[in-house]
Amino acid sequence: MLSKKEKELLAEIWGRLTPVAEDIGSEALLRMFISYPGTKTYFSHLDISPRSPHLLSHGKRIVLAIAEGAKDISQLTVTLAPLQTLHAYQLRIDPTNFKLFSHCMLVTLACYLGDDFTHVAHAAMDKYLSAFAAVLAEKYR
Amino acid sequence: MVEWTEQERSIISGIFGSLDYDDVGPKSLCRCLIVYPWTQRYFGAFGNLYNAEAIMNNPKIAAHGTTVLHGLDRALKNMDDIKGTYAELSVLHSEKLHVDPDNFRLLADCLTIVIAAKMGSAFTPNVQAAFQKFLSVVVFALGRQYH
Repeated sequence: MLSKKEKELLAEIWGRLTPVAEDIGSEALLRMFISYPGTKTYFSHLDISPRSPHLLSHGKRIVLAIAEGAKDISQLTVTLAPLQTLHAYQLRIDPTNFKLFSHCMLVTLACYLGDDFTHVAHAAMDKYLSAFAAVLAEKYR
Repeated sequence: MVEWTEQERSIISGIFGSLDYDDVGPKSLCRCLIVYPWTQRYFGAFGNLYNAEAIMNNPKIAAHGTTVLHGLDRALKNMDDIKGTYAELSVLHSEKLHVDPDNFRLLADCLTIVIAAKMGSAFTPNVQAAFQKFLSVVVFALGRQYH
């Protein structure tokens, strides 16, 4: 459950990160590929080496979707409807991987924000990313 | 037995070598209790955990955080037999403390994030992978004696 304050904080943080979506997103993905090599199996069709164009554009896309969702968290199911369909019927990424990506996103944010990644931001972010992942997997079955 | 490369050993000992145990230990435990509030169930005897401020100012929690972090020193000194090193502690957590082993993973994740925040860009993906490998072996060892 996210409080009103937490939702505002999340909108604020993701608003701030939108200009560096490419950097944040590609770094989170890279961290995930290196710590959890099984996740690379979903990307055999792309060049996911550090700073590759594929990695940058893919990372950017993911962060922009997360940031968009943060603008109005109560509408997450509506905002993510197209992505739900994509993940359920085409990508079919096992949802365990969403947890792995979320963790690596938290690590990326911790490295990036340092002390600014307070316990409040951390808790809110973890809850938001869990909710995001849950909505994303809703159409799976 | 877990295989460690020279690089992994040096990364891991490097992290612990530069750690302020009295800062990172308490911070990590507090993060765990705040971000995953259900973990507070094991700390009923520790006094006031009413809100984040109370948790962060609680001296018993701080002391325990330092203790837990020093507990990792044992694994650091015995990287080739972490399972054996933690056999007794595993029994303790299972039979006496009755801690669900999932909690070890939660605390490990919080420790990773606290250290990432401290090290910033020095906590590269490769450093993260080595450190997480270490923690996952520790977590596994701590859960090993549960039955």
